[in-house]
Amino acid sequence: MTDINLKIYRFNPDEETVGKFVDYKVPYVDGMVVLDAVRYVQEKIDPTLAIRWNCKAAKCGSCSAEINNRPSLMCKTRVDSIGNNISVAPMGAYPNIKDLVTDVSANWSILKKIPPFTPKPGMEKPWRIHPADVERSKEFKRCIECFLCQDVCHVMREHNTKYFGPRHMVKAASLDMHPLDALDRSEFLDNEGGIGYCNITKCCQDVCPEHIHITDNAIIQEKERAADLKYDPIAMIIKRRKGRKEKVVK
Amino acid sequence: MEETFKTIKTDVLVIGAGGAGMRASIAVKEAGLDVVMVTKSLLGKAHTVMAEGGIAAALGNVDPQDNWKVHYGDIIEEGVYISNWKMAEICAKEAPDRVFELESYGALFDRTPDGRILQRAFGAHTYRRLCHVGDRTGLEIIKTLEDQILHRDVKFYDEMYITKIVVKNGKACGAIGIKMNTGEFHYFQSKSVIVATGGCGRVYKVTSNSWESTGDGLGLAYEAGAVLKDMEMIQFHPTGMVYPPGVKGLLITEAVRGEGGILLNSKGERYMLRYSPQKKELDARDVVARANYREIQEGRGTEHGGVYLDITSKGADYIKHKLPSMYMQFMEFAGVDITKEKMEVAPTVHYQMGGIRVEPETGQSSLEGLFAAGEVASGLHGANRLGGNSLADILVFGRRAGIGAAEYSKTAKETDVDTKLLETEIKRIKGFLRKDGKNPYELIDRLTTAMSDHVGIVRTKDEIEKAIKIIEELKKEYKDVGTLGSFKYNHGLLGCLELGNMLIATEAISRAALMREESRGAHTRVDFPKKDKNWLKNIEINKADSGMKFNVVPVEEMPAEYKQYAKPEEY
Repeated sequence: MTDINLKIYRFNPDEETVGKFVDYKVPYVDGMVVLDAVRYVQEKIDPTLAIRWNCKAAKCGSCSAEINNRPSLMCKTRVDSIGNNISVAPMGAYPNIKDLVTDVSANWSILKKIPPFTPKPGMEKPWRIHPADVERSKEFKRCIECFLCQDVCHVMREHNTKYFGPRHMVKAASLDMHPLDALDRSEFLDNEGGIGYCNITKCCQDVCPEHIHITDNAIIQEKERAADLKYDPIAMIIKRRKGRKEKVVK
Repeated sequence: MEETFKTIKTDVLVIGAGGAGMRASIAVKEAGLDVVMVTKSLLGKAHTVMAEGGIAAALGNVDPQDNWKVHYGDIIEEGVYISNWKMAEICAKEAPDRVFELESYGALFDRTPDGRILQRAFGAHTYRRLCHVGDRTGLEIIKTLEDQILHRDVKFYDEMYITKIVVKNGKACGAIGIKMNTGEFHYFQSKSVIVATGGCGRVYKVTSNSWESTGDGLGLAYEAGAVLKDMEMIQFHPTGMVYPPGVKGLLITEAVRGEGGILLNSKGERYMLRYSPQKKELDARDVVARANYREIQEGRGTEHGGVYLDITSKGADYIKHKLPSMYMQFMEFAGVDITKEKMEVAPTVHYQMGGIRVEPETGQSSLEGLFAAGEVASGLHGANRLGGNSLADILVFGRRAGIGAAEYSKTAKETDVDTKLLETEIKRIKGFLRKDGKNPYELIDRLTTAMSDHVGIVRTKDEIEKAIKIIEELKKEYKDVGTLGSFKYNHGLLGCLELGNMLIATEAISRAALMREESRGAHTRVDFPKKDKNWLKNIEINKADSGMKFNVVPVEEMPAEYKQYAKPEEY
């Protein structure tokens, strides 16, 4: 492959009102990922280029960006998979700090609101859990908080709603699926988290670098449980008799 | 003063938000004191997230014969008898409690068929001991602790780069830092400081370490006057990726071998049978790393300069279930399906056993008010760390440092903001912002190349001296580094600041490596291939007016009854 024509979005909100794409030529090295190309620019051409990265192994979820308009991890996108004309822009759903770096701190406030793991009372320690029960929440626990699902979500991007976003539906689902957790967060997600705003376009699970079935396995399940609790009196009675988990009172 | 700054007051300041920093912050909060945690990266992104194989704790769930004494013996033997015995005891005794504590915070470990925490085999652990979550144990730990930080309302500042620890009247009492996303200076006014900044793997060219592992805590503590020790002990993990070049050094978990993976050279020979007939692929990391290195050096390596690691015999379902992220890593980065093909691997810099010298019980350094925990602290691992012991380390000693600092802070006096010191510090940092500065990345590249070439997995006097010469040259050139731009999110500026710490770390590593004229654990001197009884010692380092000062001190002797838990040392 020949040199890479790399367009990087440059913007310093302190000094300018709009950003612009700047062109760079980067030599191609076998097997390189987009982060290698962007870091080449930072190390050899302009050290002031702001990027956020850390593990470079697709494990920490720091280097989220929009590569050729698709939300992706820079460290996990191989150049030979997308060709040598590449544009890299920051995530559009979050306020820009500088160049490719955005302010994702809103997520910490949301995470604080989600009721934490609450063990069922009276369990004998050390806890015993069947191996199969561990598996259920494992998929959701793969989340590395890259926030690409938040970035691609049109509800987050285009509508000013109280929707927490896909990442946080996954977080709640991981807790609800915990075999020893005493709470059910579905009603909370409906009342406080705006889960009803999600109209199941499944864009989030399409961009998830951990291949979590966010919509199918987390959002739809939580939506259905919330609907059951709210609108189906018979199911509600049966579930209560069976000793259903307590509701979250908020 | 021209620049504006913010003042933050707290009882305890924690620098670093990996496992050790977060666990320390929780401990301070539990003690009822005020804590502020700062981190160079975003919350939840610290290097702990990269830990894969598991956390070592002698629960005895799979092998009931296991107990803390066996774990203790393993630490001492594999640390080649220069570990601090008290730290080994504390770690072996308390690790199980920390695992159960994680579970009570919501972490979900893999289970045995009867529902207890499953434990896997790992190199040089006598029994199957590593509690794990597939091959994503670090992710589970960091997300679990992150939950605790958020729900306990621990105040944190992420993307805050600390440039100096404040010392007054011989006591650490705060720190100065730049908030990267605003470019604003912060003065943290605290009664004590805990350093939990992780390691310095990034001072080498080929490493499994994250961007942030540049030895910042070593530099900060050294400049503040604290004693470092065992700096020559750098662990090379036997299995890092070698191809493609962009992922060179990336870790392949020891769990691959723990689950039955074997090492082969290009002739198809399972050479570990030669190097270690008993423990084979599951011998200590230094033994396996040197074997891999030798096979490659002697011409039995692969096309890209590695050896083969083969787990295909376990079958696709088992591999995808037990090693999901390894499967993903090779599939997506290298286009290799590890259920059908062999992996190419070579040693990669993984861990620093040395670091800040601490009191075993409290994590207090040699400087009053300054505490340390995790990879940046030293003592537990001696000359070589066992896999899974770093996750035990960060939780056990993170908690202890938190308690230690909280206790100390209850009676420590508050000090005033030193505006003069702050002014000097801002001036120093501002000095890096200039038009004609030398590119810090160019210097970092020369430094890391020198370390990989000359102070690597096998060392000689001549080679180490070459590295020291380059380090001395770079120290002179350091005065000329600089970058354009402002204080705000300026990686070039960070590069300048990190380089300062990297120079301290590399000088300490190289000079200590030159002093230790023997081969012990991770430190292999070709010119002194044998272990030497006279070197049952630790090398301590502190800052003097004339530069780095080195002291050789004997290892503290363990009580007689503890000697029976480890094999006697043989020469």
